[in-house]
Amino acid sequence: MPLSWALVFLPWAGALLLALLRQERPAALANIAVSAASFVLSLALLAHPGGNQGWTHIDALNTPLVLLSFLIGLTTAVFSLGAIGAERFDAPRLRAYHVAFQVFMGAQALALLADNLGIMWVAIEMATLASVLIVAVHGTPAAIEAAWKLFILCGVGIALALFGTIILYLAAQPFVGHGDNGLSWAVLYTIAERCDPGLLNLAFVFLLVGYGTKAGLVPMHSWLPDAEAEGPIAISAVLSGLLLNAALHAVIRAKAIVGAHPETVAPGPFLIAFGLASLLLAAFALWRRRDARRFFAWSSIEHMGLAALAFGLGGPVANLAGLLHMLGHSLAKSAVFFAVGHAAQLKGSQKIADIGGLTATNPGLGWGLALGIAAVAGFPPFSLFASEFLVLTDAAATRWWLIAPLGLGLLTAAAAKIRTMQALCLGDATPEAEDAPPLWTDRTTLGPVWLHLLLALLLGLALPAPLSALLAAAARIPG
Amino acid sequence: MTFGQLPYDVAHLLGGGMLLISFVLLYQRRVGAVINALALQGVLLACAAAWQGHVQSAPQLYLTALIALGAKAVLIPLALRTLLRRLDLHRTVETALGVGPSLVAGVALVALAILVVLPITAGNRAIAREDLALALSVVLLGMLMMITRRNAILQVVGLMTLENGLILAAVGVAGMPLVVELSTAALVMVLLVVGGVFVFQIRERFDTVDIGFLERHRGESG
Repeated sequence: MPLSWALVFLPWAGALLLALLRQERPAALANIAVSAASFVLSLALLAHPGGNQGWTHIDALNTPLVLLSFLIGLTTAVFSLGAIGAERFDAPRLRAYHVAFQVFMGAQALALLADNLGIMWVAIEMATLASVLIVAVHGTPAAIEAAWKLFILCGVGIALALFGTIILYLAAQPFVGHGDNGLSWAVLYTIAERCDPGLLNLAFVFLLVGYGTKAGLVPMHSWLPDAEAEGPIAISAVLSGLLLNAALHAVIRAKAIVGAHPETVAPGPFLIAFGLASLLLAAFALWRRRDARRFFAWSSIEHMGLAALAFGLGGPVANLAGLLHMLGHSLAKSAVFFAVGHAAQLKGSQKIADIGGLTATNPGLGWGLALGIAAVAGFPPFSLFASEFLVLTDAAATRWWLIAPLGLGLLTAAAAKIRTMQALCLGDATPEAEDAPPLWTDRTTLGPVWLHLLLALLLGLALPAPLSALLAAAARIPG
Repeated sequence: MTFGQLPYDVAHLLGGGMLLISFVLLYQRRVGAVINALALQGVLLACAAAWQGHVQSAPQLYLTALIALGAKAVLIPLALRTLLRRLDLHRTVETALGVGPSLVAGVALVALAILVVLPITAGNRAIAREDLALALSVVLLGMLMMITRRNAILQVVGLMTLENGLILAAVGVAGMPLVVELSTAALVMVLLVVGGVFVFQIRERFDTVDIGFLERHRGESG
């Protein structure tokens, strides 16, 4: 079996195994084992020469994203071991939770590795359905509403993306004839300049709006805060860190095809417009949030907007910044979700007002969260500072008028995050809930949190040479 | 292939019929009638897919037709009817935008679809162009229905007509790869949500499946 399919089927095989386990701790441990095995297997991507294998491909753009997915999958599984007790699942829900998690991981890998755009669409749809199931798993009215919103909005989104995919094939049809080649990204990329530009434009509109819904771009974002706030705690990390990346990756692939034709309407400005709208709306919406998990979900909208804007600017520098931003955001944001989730369990509430003074009562958690929020707010030395700085300098060089709105959005959002950081981590400690999680769960939370922060720091301070070469190669792909 | 030739005329008739039913879906005031119209649209979709299979000599499209007939014309409408009866839902359509304005908006959307698709597909064969315009109209009307109807069950119906439009587009494009896989995957989405409502009996959580009631659970109040 080619490596790419092994990476997809290993989590799915794990899902079958997990469907059989009824008890909480063995199931959570098996979940860690499956995730660890997937992560180790994904390391083989680094040694892989790349290229197309049938419906899948391995290149510089998807390799770092897949590696990151399985890394966060593993840390989420570790966190889940400690957090799952507080979710109080009964046996069917426990199994549904673990199965859906591994189905999601496999679909996420397939969405990134797929060369065939039809397969990519099916994978994103599967990941969506798995996440709907996970978000709904508690069955409370709030969870059902979040899942319903996720299903309806993302259902429309991915339906539009399929329409875009069909039109893309219609554009390519005169040159590729019948057969699976017609949806291959690599083939479409090479023949794009001969295709009909009008059809490519139409396809891009549908692909951008469709996959953009999944990436949480404004104005199609409204499912995201509810989904990340109401699902099981561990899931916010993968929804925010992974699913959004897979969707944005699909948008970038579409942009690469459409941008390869000289006569199409340039796709960049559309991405800039959606990105800027997301950044600005989220920056101001952050000030009105009372719920800690919704707050950080809105911050995901802001960061995906900035990444989309970077890819809209285009060129090797801005693309590199966008990619680095996706990687840094996933690491820092999932660390924050782990810490906030644990704090919410400790305090028995996820309202910002009910969580306070964490550094005094739980120093490891409190300082981890404080540093995580600083990283998410774009403070040096974390990698989000580097990527935001790169975007700003590139915007200054190519589109000077972007500087003012961009700076306004970034500063407003950073200020809102500092305020929330002070509320959550500093100040007077709020009382803890009576049924706080057992002490050993501190380790399963703090390990992932600090590991992610360390990696986000490394990414910002010193990129290892092979990784920077990989990212530089990836930055040339979207054009 | 153009106007006056049998393969074109039949494909056009079936696509046009689906569009007509999309309008029927917009003006029905009873949920039961909406479900009947949806089933009829499923039958027309199956016929359209089978006809394209015949015209393009693409046997896999017969499979698409069979799946559409089984699931969209029989299984899902039956399931929705059972839900309607068992959960004792509202039988009248509750609109966010009245029937008259909905129809006007629908006509505008069809005009938009034609204006968008026809000019840019001038180089393609007529059958592909007009099928695409019809399919896009069905897709847009499905979205309109999801926006303007408040009952949760009608939003699922809207999503299904949206998908019917997608499959109409996919079968109309000669040589489209993975049509069977894509149409099945799209179907799984609806099957899962209908199944989910069955299994979880969402009715027990809400007094009504009217999604207006869901808005209370936003978690941001207080």
